[in-house]
Amino acid sequence: MRVTFKIWRQESNSDDGRFVEYEVDNISEEMSFLEALDSLNESLVQQGKGVIAFDHDCREGICGQCGVFINGRANGPHSNTTTCQLHMRSFKEGEVIVVEPWRAKAFPVIKDLVVDRSSFDRIIQSGGFITAKTGTAPEANSILVGKDIADSAMDMAACIGCGACVATCKNSSAALFTSAKINHLNILPQGKTESSKRVLEMTERMELEDFGHCSFTGACEIECPENISISNIAKMNFDLLKAKLFKG
Amino acid sequence: MKLDAKIPEGDLEQKWSKYQDKCKLVNTANKKKFEIIVVGSGLSGAGAAATLAELGYKVNCFCYQDTPRRAHSVAAQGGVNAAKNYQHDGDSVWRMFYDTLKGGDFRSREANVYRLAQLSAPLIDHFSQQGVPFAREYGGVLTNRSFGGVQVQRTFYARGQTGQQLLVAAYSQLSKMVASGGVTMNTREEMLDLVIVDGKARGIVTRDLVTGKIKKHSAHAVVLATGGYSRVFRLSTLAIGCNGSAIWAAHKKGAFFAGPSFTQIHPTALPQSSDTQSKLTLMSESLRNDGRIWVPLKKGDSRNPEEIPEEERDYYLERKYPSFGNLSPRDIASRAAKERIDEGHGVGPLKNAVYLDFKHAIAKQGKEKITDKYGNLFEMYLKITGIDAYKQPMKISPAAHFSMGGLWVDYELMTTVNGLYAVGEANYSDHGANRLGANSLLQASIDGYFILPNTINNYLAGELNQSIPNVDHDEFSKAEESVKNKIEKLMNINGSKTVDHFHRKLGNIMWQECAMSRSKSGLEKAIKEIRDIKKSFWEEVSVTGSDKELNPELEKGLRLADFIELAELMCVDALQREESCGAHFREEFQSSEGEAVRNDDEFSYVSAWEYNEGDFKLHKEELKFEYVKPTVRSYK
Repeated sequence: MRVTFKIWRQESNSDDGRFVEYEVDNISEEMSFLEALDSLNESLVQQGKGVIAFDHDCREGICGQCGVFINGRANGPHSNTTTCQLHMRSFKEGEVIVVEPWRAKAFPVIKDLVVDRSSFDRIIQSGGFITAKTGTAPEANSILVGKDIADSAMDMAACIGCGACVATCKNSSAALFTSAKINHLNILPQGKTESSKRVLEMTERMELEDFGHCSFTGACEIECPENISISNIAKMNFDLLKAKLFKG
Repeated sequence: MKLDAKIPEGDLEQKWSKYQDKCKLVNTANKKKFEIIVVGSGLSGAGAAATLAELGYKVNCFCYQDTPRRAHSVAAQGGVNAAKNYQHDGDSVWRMFYDTLKGGDFRSREANVYRLAQLSAPLIDHFSQQGVPFAREYGGVLTNRSFGGVQVQRTFYARGQTGQQLLVAAYSQLSKMVASGGVTMNTREEMLDLVIVDGKARGIVTRDLVTGKIKKHSAHAVVLATGGYSRVFRLSTLAIGCNGSAIWAAHKKGAFFAGPSFTQIHPTALPQSSDTQSKLTLMSESLRNDGRIWVPLKKGDSRNPEEIPEEERDYYLERKYPSFGNLSPRDIASRAAKERIDEGHGVGPLKNAVYLDFKHAIAKQGKEKITDKYGNLFEMYLKITGIDAYKQPMKISPAAHFSMGGLWVDYELMTTVNGLYAVGEANYSDHGANRLGANSLLQASIDGYFILPNTINNYLAGELNQSIPNVDHDEFSKAEESVKNKIEKLMNINGSKTVDHFHRKLGNIMWQECAMSRSKSGLEKAIKEIRDIKKSFWEEVSVTGSDKELNPELEKGLRLADFIELAELMCVDALQREESCGAHFREEFQSSEGEAVRNDDEFSYVSAWEYNEGDFKLHKEELKFEYVKPTVRSYK
């Protein structure tokens, strides 16, 4: 099939970016979207031009490294998917496909479609863990975790840290990401001890990283590849209020 | 050089505790004087970095991805094994040890494998404490499932995302140590060379992938946790960035490479659909618990699967291996699929697949139960293929997956270079010639969390008061120079062919001649062709852009240059080993029924290859079986 890619090119963070159009005609419907970009890059090399930089790694929807804005939507036309799981059969013959990086103040562009998401790492570093050194764990079955609790923790722990929630949010809020991690650990008996500290410190870090506030539009949960629900944000806010009220 | 595995004296059950009783320690106050480099941030790397920092060491950790949470441990779906015997089905440390040793076709060390089984139970305790939401019974206790090559239920899992959950836990623990200052994390930075000073590993040379700057880092010890190299086949279940460059650099600097040709072909990946495809997606082996594998009895049968009646289906695994059936080990299942496909029974548009059918399981257990167990895998299958596997059988095919081979390590996980360690998939340690399902997360974690943080003390204790060399040291300058020269050379060929062009060629050769089935003539031909590829790569490749910026094409080119050299060693190894064992199936050595014929009289050793300027030299580590008598590996 033949399509036109209109792709954001930007040399580095300090340069101004611009859209560049590329017509490609050797695309097949079975190709994944990223394979179509591979193919475009291969033809750029043959023309002696530098390739378009985009992030990707596992290409099976689990590592969270890929992710671009496609025709105005995070990860393209389908809900709850990653960019690597998108296939060219989702586009029409002759379509113009606009491809942009995640746009958020907390995710500065590094080059072309590649952004810096280290702000997510710093949120995790501020409290997204259980303080227990290797070697200190009790026998696993000595702490019972009900199936409903384990299943619910798994729903939230499934977050792949891709940043689609931030990219799609009109406020560039990281509330869905942060709440998923807080709730995953806070509802488990192993993580309860530090729950107040965790919610206070992680939400504080989130604000320091220039993410916007959440205004509950629900856009994030439509794009989240792991179907993480915005009810997590309500739970986080509830825990935050509780932690602030009973602090000290 | 004589290979010394340093296996401790004493009974099998006592070896690890005896080792811990006697090995040297570094006292807490002294630990902060030591700096350790950990390359890789997957389960073994993040586990090692976090644990070493908790002990008080200063750790410098590196990964090529944008954050440590992306490492490919993330993609393991099915689970992690542990001899807890929670299911009361007769499991024990001994049985797990035996299953793993047998699964590896008796090409690994008894002492290592026993330790792996011994440390498996505490690993589940560890990850539960770190917040891994393992699957539970309604009463709150942990539950298990079965995996291939085993008759008990010892696999712990978190839906079909076990690797992701263990990695998230490891990443969380690593993040905690980054916050406390114990670990310095260097993301988007790739190791390109190892630096050895006075016979000891003392640092690495890296490329900052964003700025292109070549950097030098020194330390008291270097740990490689850089994963597997099956991207040598190009199409594999691995992440696109997975590579063998770090271990290959170490190999060229003196670390022996063991069992390079032992690479696992996974039986249940999605089939290849075109030449432009970039990877083969894995469908978890756990699906074989309830899915039944079959092909049409009639060759070239082009009917839809639901139109083919039961009596015209060949459930070939159940037929050939009645006691293990669909849960036969991976090497056996892959080879059986290849055999059926080669005989003309393959299905799908390219006739390169077999069916994995859930019809019977859904009829018996109900759709809800199947969704609970495999829901996310069915969803993933639908997203990629557009097919609903609740209604139609999945089409699956064998794909390059795990590398059992890797840097040779002794019982302490040290390579043949002093102070250089290899952990996780990057080493050759516990899996022998074939890895059992759900043992990969296990080995990576145990190496990183439990073994290395003990054994490294034994080395570092002797290094106390030894200051680390300045990065201006001659050896650092030399390594930096050679890396810069290699990059400059690659950037200036300006040929007419792309990196992918050469990778496709290499992948085709390796898949044809050094995958599920190997022969003398095929391997000899492959070696010659690989040498030709190497020559034309360095004459005709084109890498555009600049080396002073984020340049994915240059990253690919550097990785492929190493894969080409590694591919040759894989073929050399496969050619030399004139027997069939585990994943290594030599056509000349098979029974009249087509089963592998192992030759313990001549090949009961680990092949450890010395680089020797490209004229690879074989060293043998004889395997002594004191507790288990190697038997013919039958799953019939």
